[in-house]
Amino acid sequence: MENLLELRDVSKAYRVGGLLSRIFVNAIEDIQLELKAGEILSLVGESGCGKTTTGKVAVGLIKPTRGKVLYKGKDIWSMKKHEFKDYRKDVQMIHQDPYSSLNPVLTVYQILSSPLFRHSIVQNKEQAISKIEELLELVDLTPPEQYISKYPHQLSGGERQRVVIARTLTLNPKLIVADEPVSMIDVSLRASILNILLDLKEKFGVSYIYITHDLLTAKYFSKDYRLAIMYLGGIVEMGRTDKTIMDPIHPYTKALLSALPEPDPKVTRSKKTMQLRSLDVPSLLRVPEGCRFHPRCPFFKEGVCDKERPRLVEVEKDRFVACFLYES
Amino acid sequence: MKVSRLTQILSIRGLSVEYLTPRGNLKAVRNVNLDVEKGETLFLVGESGAGKSTLGLTILKLLPERAARIISGKVLFLEGERNLDVTELKGEGLRRFRWKNISMVFQGAMNSLNPIMRIRDQLYDVIQAHGMKISKKEAYERMKSLLDMVKLESDRILGSYPHQLSGGMRQRVMIAMSLLLDPKIIILDEPTTALDVLTQKNIMNVLKEIKSRLNLTMIFITHDLSLAAEMADRIAIMYAGTIVEIGEVNQIFYHPRHPYTAALLKSVPRLSSEIESIESIPGSPPDMINPPKGCKFHPRCPYKHEICMLEEPLLKEVEKNHYTACWMDNDGKSP
Amino acid sequence: MSRTTFKSQLSKTIDLFKLIFSSKSGTVGLMILLVYILMAAFGSIIRPLDTMPRPYQMYLPPSLEHPLGTDDQGRDTLSYIVNGAFSVLYISFVASLLSVGIAALIGCVSGFKGGKIDSTLMYLADVMLNIPQFPLMAVLSGIMRLTDLFLAMLMGVLSWPSLAKAIRSQVLSLKERDFIEAARMLDLGTRHIIFSEFMPNLMPYIAVSFALAMTYSIYNYVGLVFLGLVPFTAQNWGVMINHAWVLGGIYNRDSLLWIISPIAAIIGLEIGIIMFSRGLEAVFNPRLRT
Repeated sequence: MENLLELRDVSKAYRVGGLLSRIFVNAIEDIQLELKAGEILSLVGESGCGKTTTGKVAVGLIKPTRGKVLYKGKDIWSMKKHEFKDYRKDVQMIHQDPYSSLNPVLTVYQILSSPLFRHSIVQNKEQAISKIEELLELVDLTPPEQYISKYPHQLSGGERQRVVIARTLTLNPKLIVADEPVSMIDVSLRASILNILLDLKEKFGVSYIYITHDLLTAKYFSKDYRLAIMYLGGIVEMGRTDKTIMDPIHPYTKALLSALPEPDPKVTRSKKTMQLRSLDVPSLLRVPEGCRFHPRCPFFKEGVCDKERPRLVEVEKDRFVACFLYES
Repeated sequence: MKVSRLTQILSIRGLSVEYLTPRGNLKAVRNVNLDVEKGETLFLVGESGAGKSTLGLTILKLLPERAARIISGKVLFLEGERNLDVTELKGEGLRRFRWKNISMVFQGAMNSLNPIMRIRDQLYDVIQAHGMKISKKEAYERMKSLLDMVKLESDRILGSYPHQLSGGMRQRVMIAMSLLLDPKIIILDEPTTALDVLTQKNIMNVLKEIKSRLNLTMIFITHDLSLAAEMADRIAIMYAGTIVEIGEVNQIFYHPRHPYTAALLKSVPRLSSEIESIESIPGSPPDMINPPKGCKFHPRCPYKHEICMLEEPLLKEVEKNHYTACWMDNDGKSP
Repeated sequence: MSRTTFKSQLSKTIDLFKLIFSSKSGTVGLMILLVYILMAAFGSIIRPLDTMPRPYQMYLPPSLEHPLGTDDQGRDTLSYIVNGAFSVLYISFVASLLSVGIAALIGCVSGFKGGKIDSTLMYLADVMLNIPQFPLMAVLSGIMRLTDLFLAMLMGVLSWPSLAKAIRSQVLSLKERDFIEAARMLDLGTRHIIFSEFMPNLMPYIAVSFALAMTYSIYNYVGLVFLGLVPFTAQNWGVMINHAWVLGGIYNRDSLLWIISPIAAIIGLEIGIIMFSRGLEAVFNPRLRT
């Protein structure tokens, strides 16, 4: 089966320090990603690791400085206008902040009907209302009549996020990039949002790229699918979710898992902390030479890890890691 | 609440706090009774709107006077023979009390450092402002030793400006700052949000260490149950402005008695075990300007009975050191 | 079909008024403005201009027949106030409409397009900001015959730069908001994004700017007339102030009402405009409605 979406050697650089500066910073570098229809890929990393940039490149909001973004095998930046329009409809994004993703001066009806009318999915107001009610029911905003004339500030965070999901559904997308969809929502309400997204996959075959800093929700969301760990602009490990979490390979992944507290005292208190070489958190402005993780890595090998950047290699079937410990 | 009188350090009795809003009075904290034992690490866990931050701020009477009002209750600081009611303190007396006896690390504290002052000047300011009668040399010694305790290189840090330090480092500076006057209790309000996982672990380790070295009493405010699992001695679960369950860490995690606690635990995904699905709690938190009658959780509770809709249950003991506010536990069965 | 749209338009207008009345400022402002608008529309009919000089009635104190007294020629002051309302309102409205219209257009295009277009337009705005409006209009009035309308248009064309800059920065900040990004993702089209997503967010700003532009142009207009820099083309408050000033109206206790009346009329109008614009806030910003 061909890939639905593929990122090949994607890098994105930004100029820092004003219009005339010569300094560039790579927000992401050499990203390789692929996703088939009906699959879920979690992109996990901490703030500044480039996961949001990767997501925006995947939906075509950001043009990469190098590399290709292929949708159904075609490079989106070389597509003809009508091909790009199709891609545009098929690939949508959900943002993190439910408070700024909805236009505060428009009602739910206006927000949801715009794309319906624009793309001629409905012809008149009655059709629009009935389609909108359908969508609102899909995201558990029932009874829909209650929500249709509300303004965003009259809804709770969870309700807003559902409206955002409904909005992406108006165009029947094949792939949704969800960027931290539940980080700003109360803990006890997160599950319902994630479950709605998973339901949509069951019903309509939507694929997901799920971006988060929270390994726990990533494990739940991309269970039976794949996970990629990002660090300082690059992917350091990628593979099946359960295997990656049960048996991490990359030192950063190991460090992350050992530092992650869990809602279970016995488990958490018996976890062995991995000692890192340095407590400093490097920034994108000063990415370390060679392997990005080497200043903190307990397995650091002088002369190797600080000289060259390790590439993402397949060490087992479907398991990739970027680390000199595993390059044979 | 049976915490030994000899070892209690803080006793909150019948505390209620309201916020004045144009739509009406928001009952943020309602009739909270809580005893804190010397040297313990108590976690106040709840979601947004539960009232935990308000409770923390009230302990130090830090609420803005025009917007919030302490309707009733006492916050008793117990030291040997004397009892000080924080709610009665005012002006100079209140200022002298704060930071010396109880101090606080606020949410987003790492962003509250003055960007144009070096760290050492800010720390020194705190010492001076609270009238600590020590020489400059002694003050610097103290600052150095506290910075060492939070694992920061004092030489490097003291002369730095806040923007030269990372978020994790600034947070540790704030923790050191809160310890300058040698308080007995420190309250931490979400000290690790906005920090990455590795830094968070770091900070937690630092906190564990200073707690044991200084025999501090810690009150931790958070929505993150996992942090509580890592560090708590006791946990108080808050919902709709009041404590609905309080107990030792293992009691809360392994046999929770309040339906809210149980539901909360079911809604959090875990790494190690094979939980097949997580569930949200249906409905949403109540409007605390016009809260429902009876138990405030009843609209969302799967076990609700007649009485739950009419009268609000008070905390009662279900096992040693474990209390819950629920009518259901009359039969001694877990929900 | 047209019946239903009429009904819905009617109910929308009723809702609009309900919103304005929900704020005290808005209500009072609207009342004040209505008085002025009625004055401008019907004033000349209800109380026609008293042009007959009656020197024996000079500087009469307020009475039932002459509520604002009389001027230096014994003519009824109130009639002059009432008849002067129209040109002041008309000119400031036209000038503001033009000014805000141009500013909104340029500010939006500049903010949206960015790059060279943005730099050029803002450069143009900076250049224009350096042109002294008042002296320019004074000079032009010496060269050509300035009708009221032309004056209004001139004012409008000269005063768009600062407002354009402000609107541009609003656009720039809105551009980055998530919901705009979402609109792009849904391929809603530039026209839709500008008119249905941006504009409603800009309206509160534009409405208030319009109100301020009106007060500004009233001052400009009245000031120009008062200073005699623009020939009198109609009887208006500026002319009244000019006359009163030149003829020494402030030196006589009895004539004070003559010079204060137009000033008070101007201040009253401006207060009305500002208060009304505050009431408009609720109309444009749903978050301010309860």
